[in-house]
Amino acid sequence: MGNIVIQVENAKAYYILEDKYVRAIDDVSLSIKEGEVVGIVGESGSGKTTLSNVMLMNIKKPLSLIEGKIKLYANGDVIELNKLSREELQKNIWGKETSIIPQSAMNALMPTKRIKDSILDIMRTHYDKIEEEEIITKAQSRFEEIGVSRDAIFRYPFELSGGMRQRAVIAVATLLNPRFLIADEPTSALDVSTQKMVLKTIQNLRDMNIVKSIAFITHDIATVRQIAEKLIVMYAGKIVEMSPIEKIIEEPLHPYTKGLLYSVVTPEPEVKKRGIYHIPGTPPNLMYPPPGCRFHPRCEYRMDICEKEEPRLKDINNRKVACFLY
Amino acid sequence: MALLTVSNLTKVYESGIIVRRYVEAVKNISFTIEEGEIVSLVGESGSGKTTTANIILRFIKPTSGNVILDGKDIWEDIKTFEELKEYRKKVHAVFQDPFSSYNSFYPVDRVLYQALELLGKNPRMSEGKELIEESLRNVGLEPRHILGKYPHQLSGGEKQRLMIARCWLIKPRLIIADEPVSMIDASTRGGIIKLFEKLKEEEKTSILFITHDMGLAYYISDKILIMYLGKIVEEGTPEEIISNPKHEYTKNLIESIPTLYKKWE
Repeated sequence: MGNIVIQVENAKAYYILEDKYVRAIDDVSLSIKEGEVVGIVGESGSGKTTLSNVMLMNIKKPLSLIEGKIKLYANGDVIELNKLSREELQKNIWGKETSIIPQSAMNALMPTKRIKDSILDIMRTHYDKIEEEEIITKAQSRFEEIGVSRDAIFRYPFELSGGMRQRAVIAVATLLNPRFLIADEPTSALDVSTQKMVLKTIQNLRDMNIVKSIAFITHDIATVRQIAEKLIVMYAGKIVEMSPIEKIIEEPLHPYTKGLLYSVVTPEPEVKKRGIYHIPGTPPNLMYPPPGCRFHPRCEYRMDICEKEEPRLKDINNRKVACFLY
Repeated sequence: MALLTVSNLTKVYESGIIVRRYVEAVKNISFTIEEGEIVSLVGESGSGKTTTANIILRFIKPTSGNVILDGKDIWEDIKTFEELKEYRKKVHAVFQDPFSSYNSFYPVDRVLYQALELLGKNPRMSEGKELIEESLRNVGLEPRHILGKYPHQLSGGEKQRLMIARCWLIKPRLIIADEPVSMIDASTRGGIIKLFEKLKEEEKTSILFITHDMGLAYYISDKILIMYLGKIVEEGTPEEIISNPKHEYTKNLIESIPTLYKKWE
């Protein structure tokens, strides 16, 4: 593993409503290294998608970055993304340095335009002058690299199947070889056999050195487990556990991770032996998060201290966990 | 004798006014469900799972073939309203979308009242009230937190639990559960699955569990039926199907499912 590519330092990002805050990301720090695929998991409402917006600095009202730094390491330079204006980000960072395969990638392409025209439009936002021929040839070879036919570029999105469209979006998102790529639930709308294909495609992006590192956001541990080396578990806007993924599968430390992992059912004998779990209750309203550990109302290992103090991320054998049990 | 016997069931949908078009949704399928058995019908969208469920629930008339429940043909031998009511007590459905199973203008109690009325009991009498409270406790809900609330005040998981509470009131012989957990957060899914297991164990209820999720089918079933393009292409115990799939479709399906404890090659 090489150098750090992107680093988030003590980020707090809140949705500001008239007189209330929704603490969607509350004091989150993480770093992703070159060559790494990092999985980010959590239930709906845990702050996964907000975190991806923070990493890109795609901050639009009512969301606002209250505190913290987002550092991008590019060729020896450190760029503090949180200091750049939206125009600067649009011109110099998004698509070139960082990029995202959005959650609804299936519908991300303009339906009334041929894919080639969408691509040309995107390029015009980055460069004042573009060579159409050159861009089209470049896009075609990228399409080919990730397993979509060269001619697909001249088609309308509806002419492609779900899996093809998904991969076309991946090709467009990585056209400028961004250093850091976020994949936000890229497979959840696909059926299982297409899912596998798209996962392989995303893995290839890293193996072929098209992108340097990937953050893979999902609610499905079994999916992310196939491609990620490291896993970050989020709950109610905070990181509760961070560890090499094999270690988490072997022995989840945080009670929330345990609940999340043991509620996954796959057709494997281990699952029958282990039984099926569930986490009682629902995630908290982030306008009024519970005091102390945010998971304590749902936790079966709850102690007195959990209701009063907030656990910090502690180092345990190369892993990090925020829980008073450790 | 099996509780439910489905034999040579076929459903052809017709459409078009001038040019008739025919779609064979279910093609000559046969299977049985024993008392206290959980049978999963696994297939992708469009494979005919839901059509099969709707025929067994008597919502759709089959083009040909029979469905025999408890020795009676559900189309030939049910003639009067009384017989139909008897049938509705024996076969109960739990659907995919717990959100649309409720009328948002009424408190959620209504779905339980309706079930009690089917049994000929008055929900306002103390016996009815006790039955309702007992059924709620059976599905892990606290009656005073639930009764009197409106659907939007409950979570998806609670709503689905409430639908299963109806099963504790009616105590049907057979439950048709059509994707009952696919709209529920993964972390609460396990609780719902356990409720079905409890019905099977304590009441000997048979369940036809319809799903696209092989992992769930493997976990919960005594028998799995794989449905593909309207046909049942494979049938066996979960272990047989997972460790030794025979049909190409099943093989491909099982290979594509992300596994938790083993990483792909």
